Amino acid sequence: MQTFFSIAVDAFAYGMVLFVISIGLSVTMGLMRVVNLAHGAFAMIGGYIASYAAQSLGLGYAAAILLAVFGTVAISIPIERLLYRRIYGAPELTQVLMTIGITFCIIGIANYAFGPTLKTIPLPTALQGSADLGFRSIATHRIFAIVCGLVVAGALWYAIEKTAFGVKLRASVDNASMAAALGVRTEIIYAVSFAVAVGLAAFGGVLGAELLPVEPYYALRYMVTFLVVVSVGGAGSIPGALLACLLLGGIDTTGRYLMPEFGEFFFYLAVIAIICIFPRGLAGRVR
Amino acid sequence: MTEETVAVTARQSRSIGRDLLGIGAIISAAAIGYLLFPDNLALLTRIIAIALLVLSLDLVTGYCGVATLGHAALFGSGAYAAGIISAHYGIADPILMTLAGIVGGAAAGLVCGVIILRAHGLPQLVLSIALIYLFHEFANKASSWTGGSDGLSGISTDPLLGMFEFDLWGQTAYFFGVALLLAVLMLLRVLVRSPFGMLCRGIKEDPLRIIAMGASPKTALIKMYVISGAVAGVGGALNAISTQVVGLDSLSFTLSAESLVMLVLGGGGSLFGALTGTVVFMLFEDYVSAANPFHWLTMVGVLLIAVVLFAPKGLYGTAAGFVACRREKRP
Repeated sequence: MQTFFSIAVDAFAYGMVLFVISIGLSVTMGLMRVVNLAHGAFAMIGGYIASYAAQSLGLGYAAAILLAVFGTVAISIPIERLLYRRIYGAPELTQVLMTIGITFCIIGIANYAFGPTLKTIPLPTALQGSADLGFRSIATHRIFAIVCGLVVAGALWYAIEKTAFGVKLRASVDNASMAAALGVRTEIIYAVSFAVAVGLAAFGGVLGAELLPVEPYYALRYMVTFLVVVSVGGAGSIPGALLACLLLGGIDTTGRYLMPEFGEFFFYLAVIAIICIFPRGLAGRVR
Repeated sequence: MTEETVAVTARQSRSIGRDLLGIGAIISAAAIGYLLFPDNLALLTRIIAIALLVLSLDLVTGYCGVATLGHAALFGSGAYAAGIISAHYGIADPILMTLAGIVGGAAAGLVCGVIILRAHGLPQLVLSIALIYLFHEFANKASSWTGGSDGLSGISTDPLLGMFEFDLWGQTAYFFGVALLLAVLMLLRVLVRSPFGMLCRGIKEDPLRIIAMGASPKTALIKMYVISGAVAGVGGALNAISTQVVGLDSLSFTLSAESLVMLVLGGGGSLFGALTGTVVFMLFEDYVSAANPFHWLTMVGVLLIAVVLFAPKGLYGTAAGFVACRREKRP
């Protein structure tokens, strides 16, 4: 029971962090049809900025998160303008190469600027201890991650289902040229959703720094996990991504707890099985 | 003789001439490499082994349009198959080891092909990544067979054809490699020009139309995957024979990604493009990582971005296009 409970909490927190990072990837992939392998690199940049702000500038945790999100978005804008613009609509292989190239560059620069060591983001005292639930105590940071994930999921659901922007976004996802013909400024939709996606990635990178430690090879190491989440969930689907994150977070965490030697093995086996059964993802639509 | 047959014979004789030219270029490149780097034949043999991997990737990615980031699974399976029959069963004949590599690679090709071809687009890419990690983890855990993370050691090789001892300087391994590369390349030239090769190109262009014509894209692609596995297996076996050790890095995601980078750098959809990309990338890697290991990854990244932006057909494709353009302008 004890083990089951700690597995469940860890899996839930891990799944939520995965969700916050990869939901942006899922939306941009569904919207712009760009296989963006550099998404993890943006999460890593967020982690680095937060760590720098908290350790060298002495800012608080909340300020570090804000700085990380806006700093990463600011860094991503010229990259989007100069490089991503050219690969919209290009064959997948071209997109994979371009984004792998960007990832390699960011890794090399991070390695040069910050060194190959692990970076930590000091938690505020309010998030350090553990919360007593009466029968069990949970690390407060886990609760914080879960709450943040749920808030992000809720806010995105509201923005996409209930606002005018969400209507335009969904229209562009379904048929971009038709939406443009009806007067939707698709390039603005693209730019805003790219910025939101990058901002969420940076936020997730900071939030998950306890679970996915920030180091130069972060971008490459977890890139696979984020891609797996998106393709298992189905690109462009929020419920699908949420389900995929909880499922894969559960499989990964359970594997690590119960069979640490074979954890990875079962994770990838499960991924292959899920994709073979649902080639378009859990919530993918037939096109 | 009608005009059409004249054109066909002219094209055939031109393509045979180009084949001879290509083979001559490879032999002279091999000879120049041998004369320039007599102390570094191990690197040159490694380049040949990787070139076989990139050629095999070219078959599925360049000719059939399957995007994969897990092609090292085929290379590594060939390497482990060749290594295991030598280390565990004492079969040390290099030809038999190469055959084992071919069988191992083809078997892995069949498994990967059946799984990867179930999906398209992003899920296909993710499947290939998951497969390479699965192969990697499997080889890591089956350590009684594969040596796990220490690598498979204890591989010994008999003299080639009973005459040529595998020496410390790697001369025999190098010449063996060049011979293997030439043999594979000739077979592949025949293969990509055969009706089957044309069918595969057709599948890349328009799979719906191929179905309408009555052919099954899936069967053709799986066949191509098995052939590709055999070619990658030759490369893996060559690597196992020349280094006498098989490490887990031969089943790694990094090797898969690098081989894709090499293919696109040279230009997919052409065998000589794959060779050009491998040689340029491996020499560049050797030079830059020795000169400045810190910036190595950044350089590769910049190189990739530059290729995508300025030479989307790859080095060989762009050069061939340039030559063809010049020839047409001439009256």
